[in-house]
Amino acid sequence: MAGLNRRSFLATAGGTCALALCPFTSLLTPASAQENLPEARVTPHPALHWEKQSGRRIKCTLCPRECLVDDRERGYCGVRENRGGDYFTLVWGNPCTLNIDPVEKKPLNHFLPGTKIFSLATVGCNVNCKFCQNWQISQVRPEQERSYDASPQKIIEMAKQSGSPAIASTYTEPVVFYEYVKDIGRIALQQGLKNVIISNGYIQEKPLLELLPYLSAVKIDLKAFTERFYKEIVGGELKPVLDTLERLVKAGMWTELVYLVIPTQNDDAAEIRSMCRWVGEKLGRDVPVHFTRFHPEYMLKTLPPTPVATLEQAREIALAEGLHYAYVGNVPGHPGEHTYCPSCQAVVIHRSGFRVELDGFAHGACKKCRQKIPGVWV
Amino acid sequence: MDRRDFIKGAVGAAGLFFASRYTRALPVEVSVTLVRDPACVNRGVVDVPRAGMLLDRLLREHFNAANPVEILRTLFSPRDRIGIKVNCLSGRRMSTHVELVDALVQRLIQAGVPPRNLLIWDRLNSELREAGFTLNAWGKPVACAGCNGLGYESELTMHRSIGSLFGKPVTELCTIQINVPVLKDHGVVGLTLGMKNFFGAIHNPNKYHPNGGDPYVADLYSHPDIGGKVRLTIVDALEVQPEGGPPFQPNWCMDYGGMMTSADPVALDRVGWKLIEDLRAQKGLPTLAEAKREPKYIHTAALLGLGEDEVASIRFREV
Repeated sequence: MAGLNRRSFLATAGGTCALALCPFTSLLTPASAQENLPEARVTPHPALHWEKQSGRRIKCTLCPRECLVDDRERGYCGVRENRGGDYFTLVWGNPCTLNIDPVEKKPLNHFLPGTKIFSLATVGCNVNCKFCQNWQISQVRPEQERSYDASPQKIIEMAKQSGSPAIASTYTEPVVFYEYVKDIGRIALQQGLKNVIISNGYIQEKPLLELLPYLSAVKIDLKAFTERFYKEIVGGELKPVLDTLERLVKAGMWTELVYLVIPTQNDDAAEIRSMCRWVGEKLGRDVPVHFTRFHPEYMLKTLPPTPVATLEQAREIALAEGLHYAYVGNVPGHPGEHTYCPSCQAVVIHRSGFRVELDGFAHGACKKCRQKIPGVWV
Repeated sequence: MDRRDFIKGAVGAAGLFFASRYTRALPVEVSVTLVRDPACVNRGVVDVPRAGMLLDRLLREHFNAANPVEILRTLFSPRDRIGIKVNCLSGRRMSTHVELVDALVQRLIQAGVPPRNLLIWDRLNSELREAGFTLNAWGKPVACAGCNGLGYESELTMHRSIGSLFGKPVTELCTIQINVPVLKDHGVVGLTLGMKNFFGAIHNPNKYHPNGGDPYVADLYSHPDIGGKVRLTIVDALEVQPEGGPPFQPNWCMDYGGMMTSADPVALDRVGWKLIEDLRAQKGLPTLAEAKREPKYIHTAALLGLGEDEVASIRFREV
């Protein structure tokens, strides 16, 4: 986008409570990691998960939207294009942003705490959340944002150089750069790195199951617990996301949930209780749930930031419903950031913003009572 | 006919239909004019002189005046910076024909519009090029460029159901638009014609195709920077495609030799829809409703007060 210099502005604007939401900031690197990469041109790369239809039309079967895409057209995501009856991704190997983040920024609280994670995104998304914090990259097409040329192997090299033990596809929606995520994951896991996605979970079963062998953990943004919200605010559906969550847990994939609490939209206590009850019953009490603070952005600029009391109430509901790990997010210094032992209630992992202390934690367990804490620790 | 009568009866799209939202009692006659010359095009090859003559005939018939250049002189002033919105999604054949745009540009210049005040534009440079247009930077005589080259506004425009970055051709570069869409079937929204053509003005058109483009097509067109700036629409129906669109499909693309205009964008789309339905019926195809892609957004546009969608209330003339 011509004239847009948000990236460079925010690269030096760290330290705000909105940090965890923003892809352009990094506590560890003042400048973006992509500075030395060549600029990319939009080039097609064969896409996975689609079916031929009559008249050179194709049906995309990557996400539940199942876009019917005519020749020379693109799907809803804006990054997958029909060219002559074959389907291509236009963002493979072309990240628009690369950063080295604290893993807590994702947020992943039970995944290599206190480490850095090499984070990347391409443009594009398969929903259109009215509260999107990163809409300048998620809601544009490849031609509208500067991207860089970085093969999966190059990403692995950069991640290693940064000292990050893991790579995260994040900020926008990894589902729409599925092929890139998969190729990065294949090499990363071979070379001893971990690979995670920060996703909306809006993906069909077959592509999800095919991706799982290349992933180490997943964070899903569960945006609400009503179909109404998904239809009106997200432009998607709730049911497929719930299906994804169940499939992830059934497959043994480490999964954490984020629920962005938006005043008047999805902050009803009964809705949050229903969601927590569903998590406990369908996913298990050990799945962490992060209640994060909303900040006005994109098409929901008129709503206020979430009151901290609302986040605290949501966390209390989750604990009352028996969930073991409920967090308050985007409120640096809040005691709800810590990991507490569900057995003895001791602080196992102490957090303040992205600062992490592991004094109460040893060998995947509470140091005080030896209660095992689930997660990915090594 | 003096300038006042002329504009009252003809211009409409730039003002009357936006005004009519609040002044429905005004006796604005809704007319749509189609002219045809089947010899004007032969399998995509346009007879340039005949295309020019057909454009002249369209202007004369619709505006009921003798001199096409004078008609344009009445519609446009030398101070106007005019965007000519073409539709180039489908390559050389089912896009706006270069020959029609060339004829229009010639007449605009003859009517006193400085060549530097003209911009032929669409979404992408590459699509313009593939449709046969020659790119030319903004500021040069008769510029031609895509929004990706000209740029988008950095601030989001929120309007009804739309949240988009508008391309600079509809915001800061041009004061007036001439809409030159093509007439064809659309596999998702049913019909792509005048109102839908402005999906090329926003950065995220892919977000607005669900539900057959309803209400998004109408909502976008109702924005003052979009429909509010359209002073003239010339439908390129030299070739039409009643099935398989929006891409060019050789088995469905047909020589039609037509051009059409109206001051009412809704009436124009409604008549275009009817023409597509007639051609579909001739070819034994189901109606767009039966094909589950009735262009509902046309009715929504009428409800918004953008124009007339009742066929019985539209004076349609094929000349």
